Amino acid sequence: MKKIVIFVLLISAGSLHAEELTGKAILERVDSNMVARNRRVTSTMIIEGRRGTRTLQAQSWVQGVEKAFTEYLSPPREKGTKMLKLQDQLWIYSPSTDRTIKIAGHMLRRSLMGSDVSYEDYMEDPKLSNIYDAKLVGEERVQERNCYVLDLTAIKEDVAYHRRKIWIDKERYLPLQENRFAKRGKLLKTFVINEVFKIEDRWYPKKMTFKDVMLKGSGTKFIIDSVEFDVEIPKYVFSKASLRR
Amino acid sequence: MLALRLAYRNVVGKGLRTWLNVAVLSLAYVLIIWHQGMFIGMLRYGSRAMIDYEVGGGQYWHRSYDPLDILSHDDAHGRIPAELSELISQGKATPILIRQAAIYPEGRLHSVLLKGIDHSQTVLKIPSHHLKNDKEALPVLIGKRMAKSLAMGIDDYITIRWRDAKGTFDALEARIVAIMDTPATGVDKGQLWVPLEALQKMVQLENEATLIVVGRNVLSIKDLPEWKFKEPDFLMRDIIEMVRGKRVGAAILYAVLLFLAMLAIFDTQVLAIFNRRKEIGTLMALGMSRGSVILLFTLEGAMNGILAIAVGAIYGIPLLVFTAQRGISLPEVTEEFGFAIPPKLFPFYSVGLIVGTVFIVSLTVTIVSFLPTRRILKMKPTDALRGKMS
Repeated sequence: MKKIVIFVLLISAGSLHAEELTGKAILERVDSNMVARNRRVTSTMIIEGRRGTRTLQAQSWVQGVEKAFTEYLSPPREKGTKMLKLQDQLWIYSPSTDRTIKIAGHMLRRSLMGSDVSYEDYMEDPKLSNIYDAKLVGEERVQERNCYVLDLTAIKEDVAYHRRKIWIDKERYLPLQENRFAKRGKLLKTFVINEVFKIEDRWYPKKMTFKDVMLKGSGTKFIIDSVEFDVEIPKYVFSKASLRR
Repeated sequence: MLALRLAYRNVVGKGLRTWLNVAVLSLAYVLIIWHQGMFIGMLRYGSRAMIDYEVGGGQYWHRSYDPLDILSHDDAHGRIPAELSELISQGKATPILIRQAAIYPEGRLHSVLLKGIDHSQTVLKIPSHHLKNDKEALPVLIGKRMAKSLAMGIDDYITIRWRDAKGTFDALEARIVAIMDTPATGVDKGQLWVPLEALQKMVQLENEATLIVVGRNVLSIKDLPEWKFKEPDFLMRDIIEMVRGKRVGAAILYAVLLFLAMLAIFDTQVLAIFNRRKEIGTLMALGMSRGSVILLFTLEGAMNGILAIAVGAIYGIPLLVFTAQRGISLPEVTEEFGFAIPPKLFPFYSVGLIVGTVFIVSLTVTIVSFLPTRRILKMKPTDALRGKMS
């Protein structure tokens, strides 16, 4: 009887391991780690361009994958600029002109605040498993961590990056590095998590670098100053009226 | 006839004063004709360059195409209509597909327009034959201004990034196969010309175009449901309006010049009437009517304009002919004006321009000559004979 129990346990452990090793399962674990019901984040964005470095601080309220509200806190020039994302729509409020603009169509392809990130990158569905088919292609050591290497191919036609390669921390299920490719295979953008921290029971990126590899410069750095998960966010935050408040 | 002879004798008899007036007036004639000829030459050159390289005999625009709204370019495309396919196959029209793209010379992002054109087309003077098959890399044709701004030359490679019709990024290395020396900036700045078929495949828009340029010899032209025809005059309205604006601006200069000349003539006329009171009185006493005396003095003034035509012709015709034949070299900086400016500008003097200028100046001279003579109406012959102004 004892042998049977051990055998059953071994079989189930084996099947669990086999399930973990599929790309889709790994990607879903990453999604569940990165996406929360809602969160409030204070972050710093450092944009290194040819004319020098700009530092922007922002506070964001995010609900699931469909709603997000960001308010820029500094520098004074950008202070009060707000962005509201509702599903696939984005509005920006500029205090200097006191106008709200809907960012649509090709404007979404423009750079966000002069960074290496486009509005579209900002709008992207963070649940990669919804838009990519993942294949586990190997294991490598990145930033002294053991990682799964996933090769992602878009399953939808209207996806900005047809292919991605992601290195995922085997233990923390965080994407430590990501390469985004053009349809013909040319590397376009890289995303690297330089530092992580543990909050509550999940690991979360602390410092990240986003880079358009075809541009000179060292890319755009994101620093998560603070993050709170599952906080109560009043409904009015995700309304257009909140842009002018 | 007598009045004419008398007027000529009196005018020539005034000596230096007359010749000074004539010199200033002739300068006005020549300067106005020369300056306006420059503008007409500029417009003719610009229009010809636009027709040759850009406009052709007109363009069919896809209904969503708005050249001034760059963000709309990626949505402005449609299947080439059957009505125009025949013209295209006959070489009487050529489709152009326009897409937004980005290039990265020296690690800097440049937004550009990717324009696909058939390499065998002959509708436009764009040297598209350079875009014929290049198996190594996508062949790219750029204008000399674009090449200068990118600091790139033939056989240089350039990374192009674009999105296909679904919005997915794609990128490749392209090779600059030729640099075209075109006077038309509208096909040069911020543009990369690539083979139409290759671009259609790159963006997944096979057999589609943004606009279709028709040849100058195509006569039967009509609007189609998805495609609106734009006449050459509409497509060149910017340059026409700009040159018109410049011509109006130049009119201020002519007005100042004419005002100075007219001031001198007016002054001369007033002085002549004052100095020749006794003569006026004598003429009236001998039976000449006031109207005839006024005519005589007006003719004297107008004679300045006629003499100015002759003097202006002596030095003006060789000067104008010389500039029309040899052209006027323009500095390189004029290339930045945003429209076709030739390295050498050939002024064009139309009959209308010459006749119009002569007529307007002569009429102005005559009116200005007449105005002071109205005093003669109030003169009494007896007072005038005594040298009095009544």
